[in-house]
Amino acid sequence: MLGLGVDRLRADMNRLLALLFHQGVLDEQFLQLQQLQDESSPNFVSEVVNIYFHESEKLLKNLRGFLMEREFSDYKKMGIHLNQFMGSSSSIGAKRVRNVCVAFRAASEQNNRAGCLRALELLEHEYCYLKNKLHELFQIQQQRVLAAGVIYPMHN
Amino acid sequence: MTVEPEMDDPRDHFPIGMRVLAVDDDPTCLFFLETLLRRCQYHVTTTNQAVTALKLLRENKNKFDLVISDVHMPDMDGFKLLELVGLEMDLPVIMLSANGDTKLVMKGITHGACDYLLKPVRIEELKNIWQHVIRRKKFDSKDSNHSGNQDNPHSGSGEGGIGSAGTLSDQNGKLNKRRKDQNEDEEEEHDEDGHDDSSTQKKPRVVWSVELHRKFVAAVHQMGIDKAVPKKILDLMNVEKLTRENVASHLQKYRLYLKRLNSIVNQQANMAAALGSTDASYLRMGSLSGLENFHTLNGSGQFHNSAFRSFPSSGMLGRLNTPAGLGMRGLPSSGVTQLGHAQNSSSSTVDQVNFQQVMLPGSHNGSVLQGMPTALELDPLQHIKGVTHARELSTAIDNRTVFPISSGFPDAKITIGSSSNSLLGVTNNTLMLEQNRQGAQGGKVFGNQSSVSVASLNSEFPSPLMDHNRLNDNWSTAAQSSGIHSNSFPLNDCFKQPILHHNNLRDNMSTMALRIGSNRCDVSSVTSMPPQLQDIRADMQCQASLISSNAEQISNHAPPQGWDDHNQDGSYRLNVMCSSINSMIPVNSAVGPTGQGLEPKNTIFLANMDFNSIGQSNFNDPLYMKYDLVNKSAAEASLKLKQGLLMDQRKPQGNHISSNFGSLEDIVSAMVKQNGLLDWIDDCLIQELAHLLKGYSSIW
Repeated sequence: MLGLGVDRLRADMNRLLALLFHQGVLDEQFLQLQQLQDESSPNFVSEVVNIYFHESEKLLKNLRGFLMEREFSDYKKMGIHLNQFMGSSSSIGAKRVRNVCVAFRAASEQNNRAGCLRALELLEHEYCYLKNKLHELFQIQQQRVLAAGVIYPMHN
Repeated sequence: MTVEPEMDDPRDHFPIGMRVLAVDDDPTCLFFLETLLRRCQYHVTTTNQAVTALKLLRENKNKFDLVISDVHMPDMDGFKLLELVGLEMDLPVIMLSANGDTKLVMKGITHGACDYLLKPVRIEELKNIWQHVIRRKKFDSKDSNHSGNQDNPHSGSGEGGIGSAGTLSDQNGKLNKRRKDQNEDEEEEHDEDGHDDSSTQKKPRVVWSVELHRKFVAAVHQMGIDKAVPKKILDLMNVEKLTRENVASHLQKYRLYLKRLNSIVNQQANMAAALGSTDASYLRMGSLSGLENFHTLNGSGQFHNSAFRSFPSSGMLGRLNTPAGLGMRGLPSSGVTQLGHAQNSSSSTVDQVNFQQVMLPGSHNGSVLQGMPTALELDPLQHIKGVTHARELSTAIDNRTVFPISSGFPDAKITIGSSSNSLLGVTNNTLMLEQNRQGAQGGKVFGNQSSVSVASLNSEFPSPLMDHNRLNDNWSTAAQSSGIHSNSFPLNDCFKQPILHHNNLRDNMSTMALRIGSNRCDVSSVTSMPPQLQDIRADMQCQASLISSNAEQISNHAPPQGWDDHNQDGSYRLNVMCSSINSMIPVNSAVGPTGQGLEPKNTIFLANMDFNSIGQSNFNDPLYMKYDLVNKSAAEASLKLKQGLLMDQRKPQGNHISSNFGSLEDIVSAMVKQNGLLDWIDDCLIQELAHLLKGYSSIW
């Protein structure tokens, strides 16, 4: 029964991952993250993703704050935030989020406020979706750990 | 990771245990990078602050083999960190960024990065970064630090020993083959004990602090960069515990640094020459930041003593820009005499250093230079200092093109509303041009200057105004961008520089003029400008055509016969300036023609215009006696005109710019009321100016 649970959970996880890859939400960089996880850093993926969530929320809040200003004009500053968001998103393999950042950056370089607003909304949407899916993924993994117990070694 | 026995080829094990310092303000990327590096079996230290990184590096020079740093960091620019590390510790630095823009990569290279990686970083790339360490070591003399050193501080000290005892070896690998062989031999038979011994024998790595570097630069300047030899420099510096080898290797780095800057500026100059305009903006950035980095050896140094530092820059700028409202007459002759000197005192070097450092704060503050053009007035005291600086700068320029960036007086125009970066860059360009091709490049110089100023207005790095066709489109854009800058300018605290005093304007201008005169380009540049301007004008929009038509009329009178024509020449210059400015307006698509706040832009534009001509006229004035200038009177006329404008602009108390920019008509009328300055300015000139202003307003 334990084995069944583990297998099923594993299948769930793989299905979810396949879906995310297919949708372009994640890319092979995420696989690299998974490969980095091993005995010496068993929770690497969840750690790095949690850091990413934490930082991204800050960035999104700042970006939203900028665009909500009535007389916002510091596109450069926004560009810096975007740059960071792009960097971290690409580092964890969040492809769609990163792509929206690219579009966002283009709009900000043109000082196109309307375009920036649209991009920000899209960005928030993509980010939320990513976050939900990754949470789901981690939940499955946690369940796998529980289900496997001490009998089966944990592998991704 | 285990300690491998030395019997094995050290190269196989060297990468293991290589000590890397990773710097990135983004925690996600930093953590990711750290994990990757550990997976490559390196020994990793991380920090999210550049200043912390520098502290760590300085604490123990030999603690790290390699530095990986992000480009965009809040506390310090990644490129600056790069420069500092390269200069002080001579460690290979790899840049990291999410942005793979060619310009940034180029900037990284010119600042000495061994590599530029794009995020997301892949582990395969990190597996190879050790090559940079080896490469550098190979070119360092003697000892290599490690074969199989894993977490071994001795390797660091060995490397340090190599560095210091290293002589002329340098990251450029000028070391001769013999040493390289030595390295290899030593590497192979190296064992930890032997290593320890050899490393302990080596002297500790020298820290090139700001003071030390300043002395070094002073000594070098005294001798002339080409003639400087380590032994003499060492004697001049008179510092204990400094060896000839230390000086030699530092000198080599310094030369490369200058060469790099030089080539960048040259490139720009060439481009500018070819295009009749310069896009010095990003070059400026590169060179400027490079210089800043070079001189601000300790990262925090850039801001200290900002008052003093800012002075030179503002002083120079002020000189260049201000229309010497107080009177072009009475230009100090000292400036002229000073120009002739080829030698700079060490203080000048310091000033230069300071100047450059000023630039840095300026840029951070939203560009000191931006404030410059509009009514920069220096304290009388500062003025004198500024003059000194300027002189020295110019002399320095004589010796070297790039380094004395601050001496780019002709760039005064450029400084108008330009970021500090642009100022410096432009200065260099201008200076270099002047130095190298006096007379021939007059047009180019002029072009440079104008473009620089325009470009700087945008405070971006607009692409060069290569395309006349673009001028039309960008003209309003540029105006806007310049407007933006000028608007933002007064908000900045960059005015903490002691800038604004009327008295200095004149003196500054004269000194500046002298400088320009020494370069001899201005006048000729103005005259040679017309053809380009004419072409440009043809492409301009209607307001431009106003200028061009005026210019055309006036060009007929150039070269001026004398004071009679100066009014016309002045307006010609004005027009020329306008045209050039217009044409030079960088194509900054970012500053779209949103049509906001046109008014200020107009004023700024005009102000800039004035500055340019004033600069030139300043130049002409004192040099009149000394040089055979063609457009003396033209320069004078424009200068006076500018003076009037500037005077008016300066009049308002605090933020001259903002108040002045409010209304062009005010400026014009103020000009009319200027005491004695506008006596000789023809009414028609003023009217023309007003007409132009109106024309601009209507257009925008």
